[in-house]
Amino acid sequence: MTDINGLPIGTVVVANKTFDKLASADSPRPFRVRQPVADIIFRAVARSAGGITVGIMLAVGLFLSINGSQAISTAGFNFLTEQAWQPQAHKFGIAAILAGTVTIAVIALCVSFPLAFGTALLISEVLPAKLKAILIPLVDLMAAVPSVIFGLWGVFFLQANVIPVSQFLSTYFGWIPFLAVTDPQGHHLTEPSAFTSSAFIAGIVVGLMVVPTQTSVMREAFSQAPVGEREGALALGSTRWGMIRAVVLPFGRGGIIGGTMLGLGRALGETIAVYMIISPIFSINWQILQSGTNSVSSLIALRYGESTPFGLSALMAAGLVLFLITMVINFTASSIVARSRSGADS
Amino acid sequence: MTTALETRTFLPNREVLAPEGEKRKLHGVRAEELFSVIGAAVASLATTMLIFGWFTPLTGGVGFVVVAYFLFLIFYVMLTSFNGQREEIKDRIVTVLLYSAGFILVSSLLFVVVFTLIRGQDAFPHLNFFTQTMELAGPLDGLDVGGIIHAIVGTLFQIGIALLITIPLGITTAVFLNEIGGNFARFVRTISDAMTALPSIVAGLFIFSALIRTGILQKSGLAAALAISVMMLPIIIRASDVVLRLVPGNLREASYALGSTRWRTVWSVVLPTSRSGLVTAVILGTARGIGETSPVLLTSGITSVMNTDPTKDPMISLPLQVFTFIKSPEPNFIARGFGTAAVLLLVVLLLFALARLIGGKGPGQLSDRQRARVLHQSRLDEYRIGVRAAKRASDNDPLTAANPNEAK
Repeated sequence: MTDINGLPIGTVVVANKTFDKLASADSPRPFRVRQPVADIIFRAVARSAGGITVGIMLAVGLFLSINGSQAISTAGFNFLTEQAWQPQAHKFGIAAILAGTVTIAVIALCVSFPLAFGTALLISEVLPAKLKAILIPLVDLMAAVPSVIFGLWGVFFLQANVIPVSQFLSTYFGWIPFLAVTDPQGHHLTEPSAFTSSAFIAGIVVGLMVVPTQTSVMREAFSQAPVGEREGALALGSTRWGMIRAVVLPFGRGGIIGGTMLGLGRALGETIAVYMIISPIFSINWQILQSGTNSVSSLIALRYGESTPFGLSALMAAGLVLFLITMVINFTASSIVARSRSGADS
Repeated sequence: MTTALETRTFLPNREVLAPEGEKRKLHGVRAEELFSVIGAAVASLATTMLIFGWFTPLTGGVGFVVVAYFLFLIFYVMLTSFNGQREEIKDRIVTVLLYSAGFILVSSLLFVVVFTLIRGQDAFPHLNFFTQTMELAGPLDGLDVGGIIHAIVGTLFQIGIALLITIPLGITTAVFLNEIGGNFARFVRTISDAMTALPSIVAGLFIFSALIRTGILQKSGLAAALAISVMMLPIIIRASDVVLRLVPGNLREASYALGSTRWRTVWSVVLPTSRSGLVTAVILGTARGIGETSPVLLTSGITSVMNTDPTKDPMISLPLQVFTFIKSPEPNFIARGFGTAAVLLLVVLLLFALARLIGGKGPGQLSDRQRARVLHQSRLDEYRIGVRAAKRASDNDPLTAANPNEAK
């Protein structure tokens, strides 16, 4: 922020004593610029606060990269393809845990997207103002519920109630490869213990956790659709759904994509609820209904205590990969939201 | 003359031309819509019962609900297609689907909360739950022994230290981003946006390997507070940044035009204007920080005794205590876990309610009492200026009267 002379606002400009003589000669006014002491201190303090913030965050990033790259360089290309996790034997890789993380996040999105999309449209387009005023803070509140509480609910309530559904799905839709539940010999399993602690259950819980974030981003985008265009569509005789399809959805596309991706970022990084529900295994399990899966963050929670220094840097490498993925997703999401017509600032 | 008469403005007699018809209802629900919903619901319920009880060996609550819902949709389409057009049918179905999504979402989220609170009731009637630690409680002891006061104290210490770090640092950084700007500020904003993506467990892993494994700190409350700070800092910066951006530019410009310095403008105009928003940002950050389990799991250590020294020895917090209780197979421990979770949930709900109460107003909106105070202050200023002007006039000194700046 500068004023018309290109000087920072707030700078005290003291006219030189020779001002009168020079002004008549029609030459540039000489300025003697003096910043007030308070401003000099203020700038220094504010700038150093910014510096400290960046310092902390770069420290985290650099520490992770340096330690992690040590492990990655030892493991080499195997780091991406190896499924086991035995750092002592220098035999470790993120193939299985990353596959598990992505599986859980994708299931979470399948649960959360329809709910978030529907609720966001319901709140912004259908409900009367009174109900709206109740629902908006309610959904925002749910974003603040700690993940350990969702984990509790998942373990003590959802698990028992989802198992029959899983059994049904695997019995009647087992011909779809990822819905089958088989033992290594290929026999179909039906006993309930084969269905506990699965990626499916963890995915549902994580999905419910990310719904509030997605809903509020989408609702924000929908509610900014211009009134003139809405009224135009309605005046041309369209129904409410016709108006939504023609005006609101094209307008809020950035919000839909951005909100979904923000939710995906949170789903990938979720730790404690996943850790409480899944039973960790170190091989890729494509059968989402079957017991046993893994995720990067629950691996860290599981293994940090028993780690040697090298084991720690292996964990950090896994954490670094997760961080990079969520960072790319978040940046893409926020740039999509910002570039769309609806999201000038969010 | 005659042409002028013919083209004269003609006022139509409205009562004759357009007899006022029956007034149309634009809002509300028509009886036909209501009855088709009720009819479809009853029909689907009856058919589902018939299917489950008579025709097929289907059982199970979930299946019943799913089948009933799909039948409801089919019946509803049939009923509306009797006297609706294609577009109208589509509109009705979408409306039903939207309501279902909202209902499922809200009811399941509320259910998560209510489930925790109800299961927490077992531990709540025992007063010792809030006044004792778990030091003397063995694995088989009943709920009338032991409590979670040490976890409550631990949470207070950890979140307190985290707030001591993040409030000054976060808000000053946000002020820097908004009021000073420049290339470095853009860099800071990018970095702090990137850090919102940091998974919480990785923040814990960083503190664990950089400070605890290297021997700089023990597993302690301070280490946990640092891990929570790393998580909360970007949240608070981002939220305060948004709030500060909402301060109207003309307020700042008015302050600068009066000749105030940049520091004065920030201190007396920008920060007071956005006070409620900043408080909300901090409270929401606190609510997030208080519920963080995974960074604390790696850094604070687990204990069952009271510890009021954050610099050494393990110090447990509420979410970690929940996690620890739940891992035990003993029913009493699980009951305590739910009790602790309910306490944690109530704290978060309270913080959130507080944030809504304070942050419901936009920047610059004042309560009645604040408005009265501002009014009083401006009256005092007006009086002061009047007195000074009168004094200046009576001084009758042309030099000082012409140049008020030197009159100071």
